[in-house]
Formats: sequence, structure tokens, C-alpha cells
Amino acid sequence: MNANASAVRTYILTEIALLGLLALTICVAYLNLGLLNPIIAGAISVTSATLIILNFMHVRHSKPLLWIFVAAGFFWLGIMFALALSDFLTRHWR
Amino acid sequence: MSAVPMQAAPQYAPALQPTYLNVQRTIRSWLLTTDHKRIALLYMVSITFFFFVGGVAATLMRLELLTPRAELVTSETYNKLFTIHGVVMLWFFLIPSIPTVLGNFLVPLMIGARDVAFPRLNLASWYLFMVGGAFTLFSIITGGVDTGWTFYTPYSSTYSNGHVVAMAAGIFIAGFGSIATGLNFIVTVHTMRAPGLTWWRLPIFIWSLYTTSIILVLATPVLAITLALMALERIFGVGFFNPAIGGDPLLFQHLFWFYSHPAVYIMILPGMGVVSELIPCFSRRPLFGYKFVAVASVAIGVLGFLVWGHHMFVSSQSIYAGMIFSILSFMVSIPSAIKVFNWTATLYKGSIRFQTPMLYALFFIGLFTIGGLTGLFLACLAIDVHVHDTYFVIAHFHYIMVGGMVMAYLGGIHFWWPKITGRMYPELPAKLAALTVFLGFNLTFFPQFILGYLGMPRRYPVYAPEFQVLNVLSTAGASILAVGYLLPLTYLLWSLRYGRIATPNPWEATGLEWTTHSPPPKDNFETTPLVTAGAYKYDSQAAEAQREVAHV
Repeated sequence: MNANASAVRTYILTEIALLGLLALTICVAYLNLGLLNPIIAGAISVTSATLIILNFMHVRHSKPLLWIFVAAGFFWLGIMFALALSDFLTRHWR
Repeated sequence: MSAVPMQAAPQYAPALQPTYLNVQRTIRSWLLTTDHKRIALLYMVSITFFFFVGGVAATLMRLELLTPRAELVTSETYNKLFTIHGVVMLWFFLIPSIPTVLGNFLVPLMIGARDVAFPRLNLASWYLFMVGGAFTLFSIITGGVDTGWTFYTPYSSTYSNGHVVAMAAGIFIAGFGSIATGLNFIVTVHTMRAPGLTWWRLPIFIWSLYTTSIILVLATPVLAITLALMALERIFGVGFFNPAIGGDPLLFQHLFWFYSHPAVYIMILPGMGVVSELIPCFSRRPLFGYKFVAVASVAIGVLGFLVWGHHMFVSSQSIYAGMIFSILSFMVSIPSAIKVFNWTATLYKGSIRFQTPMLYALFFIGLFTIGGLTGLFLACLAIDVHVHDTYFVIAHFHYIMVGGMVMAYLGGIHFWWPKITGRMYPELPAKLAALTVFLGFNLTFFPQFILGYLGMPRRYPVYAPEFQVLNVLSTAGASILAVGYLLPLTYLLWSLRYGRIATPNPWEATGLEWTTHSPPPKDNFETTPLVTAGAYKYDSQAAEAQREVAHV
């Protein structure tokens, strides 16, 4: 199998996986699982994002410098969550 | 930076050498160009237009504020005027100004490259900017928006009657242009530096643009998401921000300021980069503490992401979060102060020449310092409660944005004008214009510190009669400032036809951009430069000796 055919196969498999995860998201939304609902939804979205980053954005086969930039993006996302939570978790008026 | 071309450049008259300006002359060749220098000029014309759109809105506001009562415009129109002024000046002038004009023109030239890494993406960025601008102009022409540039919810998502979605769409689209430009600069600096041009030999302008680009890429998507969520709530009633439909009342502000505070550094860091080029050149001294200034740029970029909550001290944000954001905000002053002290130390024992770009650089240092120090007042929780949403805040950020950024932009435009156009600007009118801008600026905004401290709130067309004298002073200053801005437009256009022909290096500056022709050929350099030393190799003693000989 040449490199092109392999890449197309990866794209198709990734797309099928993403559609499967989308279907799973919809199914879970109709089930009342209490606290598990947001946890499962979060896990599905993280998995979808990981598949997109690794395969569609070609990060899986990229140089270490690109991995650093990807990590920086998530670190910055972490900063946004952490400092925003410093407000949400300590409000006296919740 | 000391640079040695691999082969000596042939010496022939500039007029015979095809330059990027005359290599093709059709309109099509300009609108479909992928040359970074031509794209820079497309941006220059575009942002100048938007600057005057935002300026007209500011002029009308200042005219209204001549008297304590709303006599010129209604309250609703006044709301629309300050929204137009904020949106246009921020997203369509200040944010793109130095990165897209001077950055596009200079980044490849300063690193010895033929173009940016993705030339077609660069052109696409300009088109995205223009489409975004068209959306914004559409929303202005068809009635305007009265939310303020901050689009705070639930007013923007529920109650406002204006074209909020069209204006947000304009900012959203222009934002993708910013992301593409940032990405282009990051890849260009990483992959296209000339042989020998290591990171510690880069001009500070490149360090500043690199940090700015990182901020653009990391922060702008958050703005896009925030505006999209606001539009979804407005159009479909999905509850993100409105507590009545399940949203969080402060989430919009957290997301908005996560972008918009770093956006302040998107605006000021390139200005600091320009000043770091001007000060060594016009004092003929190497930049004091080069590595500290370079790292301070990155530190400002990083710390700038950690302080957004200081815009929310009185928003019902928790006191604990307020304390954290207050402490972090004070920390930004450290790298900022490092830069100011190092520029000042560079001047010490320098052979200083007060040409126009240097005047702007010196004004920048003074005005940025005032703007920065008053920012510390606002970072202090207790004082912020008193002056929040008053004219003190307006004065503070205009000292940074206009006193800092616009001064640096004008300084940079004058400094690189010979390189961009191949013509010298007339020095005397330029110095007069610089002084006019400085005087007009201070007369406009210094009274606003006092007005704010005395309690005059922002965003109202009416005010208590005791504030009138200071408001009249401020409006008088704005008139002088307007003249100061029109003067460069006039003499710079004049110089395109009548200005003296520029030599390749009229300022005797270091830096690769000065080793090529003025204006440069389409591919920038005839041979790839080889860099053999660090930046800013100036000799003040030799310059002083030369000056003494000239005066004997």
C-alpha cells in the first residue's frame, strides 16, 4: 500500500470514528445518568479532538517543535480554565 | 546587526533597478500580489482609512462633550459613536497597525528572507481583514450598534436593537486574518532566517512581532468562540450567558477578556519593538541589556494572559479571584519596566540625534510610562472600585494605546519611509507634526485623569457642570491632535512625488533591511545575506567624533 492510499484510509477511519462518537453523544444526551452525563460528554469530546489533532492536523507525524506548540495551546487552555475557576469556585453569591 | 552579503551588491542607479513598486503597475498586480511588501502597503492604505473612520466618531464625541448637556447628538447616537470608535480603532487600526504594515514589510527583510513563509495566506489575510471591515462598515451605515466595543451580555445578546451580529461577524472574520498573519510570522521566523542569524542576533522588533504572533494565535480563537456564543444566544436563545435561560452572567466577561487583555499586548508589543530599533539608531549606541529586552517581550506576552480578571473587579467576580488577578497584574509591570529602564540606559552617553522618529520614540517612553504607572492604580482592588468605568480608565488606556502605540507606529512609519517608498519625508514639517501630536495628545487625555479621579463616568453624553472646564480643555486638545494626524498624511503623500531620493541606508542604521536598495527589489536581496554579528553594533564615540568634526 503506498503512502497516499494509507493516508486516505486513515482519514476515512477517523471520519467513521468521529461520526460514531457523534452518535454516542446524541444517545448519551437522552439518558439521565446524573453526574456521569457531563463526564461522558467531556470524555467523548476530548477523544474527538485528539483524533482530529493527530490525524486531520497531521500532528502524529510532525516534528517535536510542532508538538511543543500543540502542548502550549493546551497549556493556555488550562490557564483559562484554572483562572476562570478561581472565580466560579469561590463566589459568595452562587 | 552586522551583515555581509555573500557577493558585493552591484552599484547602479536606483531608478534603473526594478523595485517592488514598479515591477508591475496594474491594479490587478496589486490586488493579487503575494509580495509581502505590497501586501504591507495594501494594509497601510486600509488601516489609514479605518483610522479616520474611528477618528470621525471620536471627533463627534468630543464635540458633544463640549457642553454638559446632550446638545449635538442623542444618548442613543452617542452610544453608537463610542461603539464605532472602539470597534474600528481596536480591531481595524490598532491591532493590525504595526504587525500588518511594518511587520509584513520588515519581517522578511530583517531576517534576510525573500518573503514570508506562506505568501498566498498573507494575501488571504488581507482579504479576510477587508471582508471583516466591510461587515463592520455595513453595520455602521445601516444604523450602528450601541453595545460598546466590549459587547457585554445580556445587553448585546438580548436587548440591543442594533446590527450586533453583523458587527460581531466583521470582527470574527477579521480575527481569522489576524490568526493567519500570526501563524505566518511564527513559521517565517522559525524557518526562513538568513545563515548566521541566530535567535540572539535577531532585532528586538522580530522578538516583539514573534511574541505578538504567539498571542494572536492563542488568544484570537477565544474571541471568535465568544462572539459566536453571543450570536447563538441572540439568534437562537441558547443559554450561555443569560442567567434567565441557564447561562452564567460572568462567563462572557471571562472569555472576552481572556482575549481582550492580551490584545492590549498585541497592540503595545510591536510598538515596543519599533522603539527598540529607533533608540539605538538615534543614540548611536547598542541596545542596553539586549537579552533582557528580548526576554521581557516574551514575559509580557506570557503574563498578559494571566491578568484578564482585573477588568472584572466590580463585576461580582469573587474577591479571591480579584486578589489573584490583582497580584498577577502588578507582575506585568516588571518586564515592562525592564524595557523602559533599558531604553533609558541606552540613551546614556549616546550621541543623540533628535530626528522625527527619535522624537516619537522619546514621546513613547514618557507616555507609555505614565500609562503603565496609572495601570498599577487600576490593578489595585480598592482604587479600582473608585475609578472603575470613569475617565481615569479612558485616560490610562489612551496613554498606552495612543501615547504608546500610535506614537510608535508614526515613529516607525517615518523611520522606514525611505525604505518603503524610496523617498525622504521633509524633516521640519515632520518635527512640527510630532510636537503637535504630543501637545494635542496630552491636552486631550491628561484632563481625563482628573475628571475620572473626580468621578466623571465614561460612556455618557451628559455630565455635571463642574466638569466642563476640563472637558473643554480635552476637546481643544483633540482638535490639535487631529491637526497633528492630518499633517503626516499631507507631507508623506507630498514626499511620494517631491521627496528627496533615499539612499539604501539614510540613517546609517544596522539591520539587514538597510543593506538592500530603497525601495527594495521584488525579491528583497540580490544575494542571500550572511549574518556575522549581533544586532545594534553602533559606535557612539565614533558618531560623536564625526559630529564634532562636522561642527568645527
